[in-house]
Amino acid sequence: MARKLPATDVVIVGLGWTGSILAHELTEAGLNVVAIERGPWRDTSSDFPVTYAQDELRYHIRHELFLRPAQETLTFRHNARQTALPMRTWGTFMPPNGVGGGGVHWNAETWRFLESDFVLKSHLTDRYGAKFLPDDMTIQDWGVTYADLEPHYDQFEYLCGTSGYAGNLAGQKRQGGNPYEGPRSREYPTPPQKQPYGPTLWAKAAVESGFQPFPQPSGNLSQAYTNPLGVTLGPCTYCGYCEWFGCGNYSKASPQTTILPTLLPKENFKAHTLCTVQRINTDGTGKRATGVTYIDSNGEEWEQPADLVLLCAFQLFNVHLLLLSGIGTPYDPNTGEGVIGRNYSYQVTSAVDAFFEDQNFNPFIASGAIGMCIDDFNGDNFDHGSLGFVGGGYIGAVQTNGRPILGTRAPSGTPSWGAEWKKAVAEHYLSTYTTVTHGSCYSYKDCFLDLDPTYTDAYGRKLLRMTFDFHDNEMKMSQYLTDRLADITQKMGPKVMEKHPRTAPYNVNVYQTTHTCGGAVMGDDPKTSAVNRYLQSWDVPNLFVFGATAFPQNAGYNPTNTVGALAFWGAKAIREQYLKNPGPLVQA
Amino acid sequence: MTKRTDAVVTRRRALLAGAAAAGFLGLFTRGNAIELRGMPAWDPLSGPPPDIVKPGPWQFFTAEEGTAVEALVDRLIPPDPKWAGGKDAGCAVYIDRQLAGPFGRSAGLYMRPPFDEQATDRGPQSPFTPAQRYRRSLADLDEHCKGAFAGKSFAQIPDAEKDKLLSGLESGAVTLKHNTGRGFFELLLQNTKEGFFADPAYGGNRDMVGWRMIGFPGARYDYRDWIERHNETYPRPPVAISGAPQWTPRQG
Ligand SMILES: Cc1cc2nc3c(=O)[nH]c(=O)nc-3n(C[C@H](O)[C@H](O)[C@H](O)COP(=O)(O)OP(=O)(O)OC[C@H]3O[C@@H](n4cnc5c(N)ncnc54)[C@H](O)[C@@H]3O)c2cc1C
Ligand code: SF4
Repeated sequence: MARKLPATDVVIVGLGWTGSILAHELTEAGLNVVAIERGPWRDTSSDFPVTYAQDELRYHIRHELFLRPAQETLTFRHNARQTALPMRTWGTFMPPNGVGGGGVHWNAETWRFLESDFVLKSHLTDRYGAKFLPDDMTIQDWGVTYADLEPHYDQFEYLCGTSGYAGNLAGQKRQGGNPYEGPRSREYPTPPQKQPYGPTLWAKAAVESGFQPFPQPSGNLSQAYTNPLGVTLGPCTYCGYCEWFGCGNYSKASPQTTILPTLLPKENFKAHTLCTVQRINTDGTGKRATGVTYIDSNGEEWEQPADLVLLCAFQLFNVHLLLLSGIGTPYDPNTGEGVIGRNYSYQVTSAVDAFFEDQNFNPFIASGAIGMCIDDFNGDNFDHGSLGFVGGGYIGAVQTNGRPILGTRAPSGTPSWGAEWKKAVAEHYLSTYTTVTHGSCYSYKDCFLDLDPTYTDAYGRKLLRMTFDFHDNEMKMSQYLTDRLADITQKMGPKVMEKHPRTAPYNVNVYQTTHTCGGAVMGDDPKTSAVNRYLQSWDVPNLFVFGATAFPQNAGYNPTNTVGALAFWGAKAIREQYLKNPGPLVQA
Repeated sequence: MTKRTDAVVTRRRALLAGAAAAGFLGLFTRGNAIELRGMPAWDPLSGPPPDIVKPGPWQFFTAEEGTAVEALVDRLIPPDPKWAGGKDAGCAVYIDRQLAGPFGRSAGLYMRPPFDEQATDRGPQSPFTPAQRYRRSLADLDEHCKGAFAGKSFAQIPDAEKDKLLSGLESGAVTLKHNTGRGFFELLLQNTKEGFFADPAYGGNRDMVGWRMIGFPGARYDYRDWIERHNETYPRPPVAISGAPQWTPRQG
């Protein structure tokens, strides 16, 4: 039997990026907030000291900072005809765990989506006609626009201190920034990071090809910065241990370096760590959440009653908890009805390896988000009329690391071991450069999440089941983007160049990104969305769901700036509308 | 709002509590659930540093297994006049210590049945831990060699034969008794490369040979002075988590 704790105004499930933002916003509004976090407390200075933070084996190969599959994992299958099998170890994505969530070990590539991304369905059907889209594609408009979110993108970037250069200041295009981005109300908080050799050479090749390259917006800061909460970050030292690692310098934007120092001391906030929420409780009507039940690290069960429940547990676990709690109608791929688990999408990345003679790229001088990119082939920035696919992505030279266990390359045809392999990696380590594409992934009728009938987690709960594969549209897109990337990379003058477009079937063994999206998407219609435009559950109005869970499909960018903007947008709606009049903010 | 700087529980205390109780389901090795109220006091270096591997006898391998693995890693990464091979780089020591630790027992991985070992397209599905796989495959390899090479073990056959056998395992042309040839080859190759390039703290990459060979400066953390020095060779030698050879007295 769960022991009942005193009631609180707000309970937050998960203290990662969105949980920290919501906790900050709602404690500022005077509410009592309790956050419940599955993983441990983590602190920059003590957990990632520069005396041993730079450990590829521990953090990258052995997954130190991530969720243990033994505690909770999911099952996977490519299509409904297969039997789903458990992800026994992580591969294609890395579920976060612990205070700070993914904000601890992300790269901090901090992009805004395009204006057209938010009205994707209407934009594409207006431009190309409804017949242009594949029959089984289930993309839709978001219910919010870029203009709605702009102030909140700004809020997240100023929280983080994002380093970049605006390409569109209030409608004014500027040389050196991204000419395709939506209008920004002001310049980035800090100037771009300095660029190493590879991105500089690639940008030169891009200019020669007639493009306008710009620095990738980065949450690894170019200089010291004090954010509006009074928290100071330090300059990034280009250490090359960023993605998968915690930063030992206070220079990567994360909840630890931007929010927690002001949140934790507040009287009206507390957090429980190493406590896993099992389900959201509802009253007899099923229309009202009464709080959550969680199990602590001693196996004790607790009930935390609350007036308002905020699901901030990362995309996969948000959907899992909704399904386990019986909130909303589960999606049925046969009828297309139901919304929980519907429109799961991902990210489609690819790469070009270029092998040079007499060039030294010093690949280890790197940061998680450094690099030079172009956006000419993202979203609908280019005419798809004759191409036979929709979508796109940014492409460029992003130099994240030169860590040797996974970072040594040799041209294909080189044996994978022995004297020849040894000679080849010694020869190519410094002189090889990899360029990348970061493409969209649209949603389809047969890509969804539900509960697995066979496998259970350490708590005896049914695992989440993922049914997903890449579709033709995305594979054509990846081929096209990779070809355009190769055109530019070729101008850098490599001796050998190899293209690696993404190909189907989806390979879950190989890390791609942790940009899992959808499953409880936002929108205007309760038949095709689980939450309204304010991230409020249509079924249970005192429940809000934050994170990439809300994306109806994924754009050709990393998600977190949009996830952060949606968190501030939802927080504003709670503060200014919901608290005055608790109930549905949109009438279905 | 009044500010409080006291934390109800600091991390070091939480860790001590964790040492006493292994935690529910054995999942939580880093302490118990705590309530955070106020910013936990800054507790310098209170996070767990890596366990530095110490020289000494095998911790997982038997003497024969150790000899076989030394011979295997020395063919996967053979010595050359300039750079040590897998054996002298300590790759076998690295693998031994990994197999004796959490990696060897698949700690933290999802190991609940049913296991569909035939499926190859939905992630690894083996019910066996790395320690079990090494033990069984090394025995199978030994049996294979003794049968094929008149009673000789892998370490005793000529290098050319060793390489031929390894190529056969890699391509699948040679299978071992429990049908473990290619899977074992892949595991061994991955672990050997880890041993060659991971921080020397883990027992391999002796004298940072892997890093010196490719020109990787190791556990340095600050390149601000070099970020805009394009196409120039970085001049400083590598350092490791446990320091640099010139800082540590040599043993033996
Ligand atoms: C290696 C890596 C690199 C990345 N790089 C980038 C990048 O460059 N740019 C970008 O835009 N995005 C990047 N991301 C993605 C980014 O980390 C996420 O988008 C972001 O953290 C999502 O915020 P969130 O609040 O939804 O989830 P999180 O920040 O992950 O927080 C969720 C929290 O909820 C907790 N939780 C989950 N379930 C429960 C439960 N049942 N009970 C209690 N607590 C629970 C988790 O432990 C976690 O701490 C990266 C991710 C990874 C893993
Ligand atoms: S690259 Fe920069 S931001 Fe990233 S971990 Fe290193 S110092 Fe920190």
